[in-house]
Amino acid sequence: MCDFIENSFDIEVQPPRLYAEYTSTILRAPSKPLIILKKSLTEKTGPLFEDFNLGILDHDLTKNAIQDAEPIGERIVVHGKVMNEKGQPMPHTLIEIWQANAAGRYVHKVDQHNAPLDPNFLGAGRCITDSEGNYRFYTIKPGAYPWGNHPNAWRPNHIHFSLFGNEISSRLVTQMYFPGDPLLAYDPIYQAVKAKGRELLISKFDLEVTEPNFALGYRFDIVLRGHHATPFENR
Amino acid sequence: METNNSTLIQTPSQTVGPYFAYGLTPEQYSYNFKSLVGNCILNQDSDANLITIKGKIFDGENNPIPDAMIELWQNDGMNKFFGRFGTGTDTENHYFFQTIKPQSVDGQAPYITLIVFMRGQLIHSYTRVYFSDEEVLNEQDLVLISVPSNRRNTIIAQKKEGI
Repeated sequence: MCDFIENSFDIEVQPPRLYAEYTSTILRAPSKPLIILKKSLTEKTGPLFEDFNLGILDHDLTKNAIQDAEPIGERIVVHGKVMNEKGQPMPHTLIEIWQANAAGRYVHKVDQHNAPLDPNFLGAGRCITDSEGNYRFYTIKPGAYPWGNHPNAWRPNHIHFSLFGNEISSRLVTQMYFPGDPLLAYDPIYQAVKAKGRELLISKFDLEVTEPNFALGYRFDIVLRGHHATPFENR
Repeated sequence: METNNSTLIQTPSQTVGPYFAYGLTPEQYSYNFKSLVGNCILNQDSDANLITIKGKIFDGENNPIPDAMIELWQNDGMNKFFGRFGTGTDTENHYFFQTIKPQSVDGQAPYITLIVFMRGQLIHSYTRVYFSDEEVLNEQDLVLISVPSNRRNTIIAQKKEGI
């Protein structure tokens, strides 16, 4: 396993790889020191947005799995800007999201939580940031759900995010949380993040994008690792 | 480390969790959602010399992991390929990619990058796959030499026929 000299994970912000309170890390975190590499051509490039063929409703989880009715739950708009560490926008980058439904149940076959599935909600979506690095999803606010990490453990409401940036060394998989969630204080996945970084994982309620008589708005800006002034020329 | 006033704090990484399949690799796991990417090279031309990269992801007690996601990226300046595959659909928890072997770049030994994501990893892991039939370039490769010799073979894929 390796990390890179540039675009490395900031240890003052990022969670440690091993965090015993999140028990699955004990056997799954790398146990040997990482090899620190200078980036080569491979790590300075990555897949480009035009490599992916998105569907017209991929960004709208309230519509992209409708069978015969609207999905149940609180409609929300989730939007924000993707930037690099210099604050420069990251245009044309792929964002993929997945989440539980309003009852806290994932479509995933392994999820056995005794809460109802919603036949009109899959909980998966994706979009490409625009030329200013902005993105927007429509979805249903996910519910909290129990998990087996420790007695009476519940995950806070969250949406999983996967992003690329312009090279694989800026790749990010993370989770977006909601303001004021009392479960955050008890969640080892969130608490593993250093204090300096935690606030960045919590979306902000946004009245400006709240759509009257339709959906509450939340803003979640994302900062990817890296300082490149312009997207690396990788064609 | 903040080097100037305009440096923003990186968004922290969080685990991919156990339930990524219907979002990131839906067709492989038979969910009704189009996969953006799979594990077989798409634009194969007839001259391409295809290879299969196959393996397992093990935890710290040597149990094969059934819920990891592996991404492959290669770029030798000529050919670029991105692939994605999750473990758990194969009975022995293999992952595999069908691709082409990259060329050497600037005298380096050819390699492919893999990124591994799984429940229990708060940050994804990058690694490389080198090739056992590149002995000459492997022995001179500065990155391979920097890997402790007792671990070097863990990133060199062993060539086998008939996979």
